[in-house]
Amino acid sequence: MAYSDKVLDHYNNPRNVGSLDKKDPYVGTGMVGAPECGDVMKLQVKVNPETGVIEDAKFKTFGCGSAIASSSLATEWLKGKNVDEALAIKNTDIVNELALPPVKIHCSVLAEDAIKAAIQDYKVKAGLVEAEAANA
Amino acid sequence: MNTPIYLDNHATTPMDQRVLEAMLPYFGARFGNAASRNHSFGWEAEEAVEKARTQAADLIGANKKEIVFTSGATESNNLALKGVTEMYAERGNHIITAATEHKAILDACKRLEKQGCKVTYLPVKPDGLVDLDMLREAITDRTILVSIMYANNEIGVIQPMREIGAICKERGVLFHTDATQAVGKIPVSVIGDNIDLLSFTAHKMYGPKGCGALYVRRKSPRVQLTAQMDGGGHERGMRSGTLNVPGIVGLGEACALCKDEMAAEAERLSGLRDRLKDRIMAELDEVYINGSIEHRLPHNLNISFAYVEGESLLMGINDIAVSSGSACTSATLEPSYVLKALGAGDDLAHSSIRFGLGRFTTQEEVDYAAEKIIQVVLKLRELSPLYELVKEGVDLNSIQWTGH
Repeated sequence: MAYSDKVLDHYNNPRNVGSLDKKDPYVGTGMVGAPECGDVMKLQVKVNPETGVIEDAKFKTFGCGSAIASSSLATEWLKGKNVDEALAIKNTDIVNELALPPVKIHCSVLAEDAIKAAIQDYKVKAGLVEAEAANA
Repeated sequence: MNTPIYLDNHATTPMDQRVLEAMLPYFGARFGNAASRNHSFGWEAEEAVEKARTQAADLIGANKKEIVFTSGATESNNLALKGVTEMYAERGNHIITAATEHKAILDACKRLEKQGCKVTYLPVKPDGLVDLDMLREAITDRTILVSIMYANNEIGVIQPMREIGAICKERGVLFHTDATQAVGKIPVSVIGDNIDLLSFTAHKMYGPKGCGALYVRRKSPRVQLTAQMDGGGHERGMRSGTLNVPGIVGLGEACALCKDEMAAEAERLSGLRDRLKDRIMAELDEVYINGSIEHRLPHNLNISFAYVEGESLLMGINDIAVSSGSACTSATLEPSYVLKALGAGDDLAHSSIRFGLGRFTTQEEVDYAAEKIIQVVLKLRELSPLYELVKEGVDLNSIQWTGH
């Protein structure tokens, strides 16, 4: 399969690889996917509680090149956005930016899910919402 | 050393120059139809075909009259299964095969099931070998054929042919083997192993694509087949169609070269294979060999790199041609059914790489591949949330994953 230049770039030079302190009250962590499906994404955001702006984002991904690129791109986009703007990121935005083929669309869906899970985790920890949908 | 490096010799092998040279005249001046009995063009072609038939038979310990030329191992497998089932329909309708067979066997069996046959798919042990007791128990009065591959195309595991052959002979059941990966690589004897039908192909042993053969035993027992291709009655009526003379010449030459060079080549390749394995295992933790290492083709290595996904690994080693058992590299989106049959777990199946060394593989290439793989696995484990969790002491099975 031929990869787009953008996928290759993110694979070769992944942005924002790493982990934030899960115990930090302003850090939200989302982990989605499953090892037996061949994809697991962990995405973390650190939110400024005063402004609601995402100051830092990190990821680690077990998955194919497109999954790595999708999550790497997501961390780039998240930084500097506020929480509501972050939730507006759609998987189709990722598909378009990375020129993902149809068989790789699930990678972008996973990245969108990871963003939502990380923000939800932050909101729960910050007492902004109830925990009910945390594992949705 | 030139890149990309080819380490996918289970998929196909490059042609040996000597094979190509043997074939070339038959694309040119010696173009005759081997079935033309009335002129020298035909005689010349027939003579070349008969020489190749002897070369092919010699490699597997058969008589030349027992070789039926086909278009490849897929056709040979189909002819064996469907031809036997049709010919022996009065005797029974039960076939026994294994879960780790090639699709050319499994899908032929599925079609036969639709036509009323019963098929038993034997599971394999964690090392990839069939359980002989289970085979014995599976044979019934209605069993006409056992088809177990000689060596597996993904994990290179060699099945106990001699024991299976003995069981089949004792029970009066025909024994077919898909020997595509084994012929030319390790000694194969249809007499010693009581094999009744055996499929193989030229392009896995440095010959051309599009030419294979089916060995069909002529004595004790005399195996009969119902032809699956109707026409001029070529190949003793078992496979009609004008013979692919250049291809057959190539198959014969490939067989002769393998026979001469097999012992030295197997020793050299198993040495390189072990070098590759040892280097990787010295530098990386949580690396698992899939399938028996003892009962294995000398040129095969199938490894799972835990917590690293196969396609991303292939991306990182894009100047090395190998295969992965990961779903992402196949059209089916299912991880390797062979690795699943070993009970490896889908996660390890996703993390697997198959190396197939070959006649033209050098030590320099093996060293380069080992170094590159080590680097890429280390990089991807830095990226892997699973590796991080494991290093933190978390049991991955304790996590509630959100599969999709």
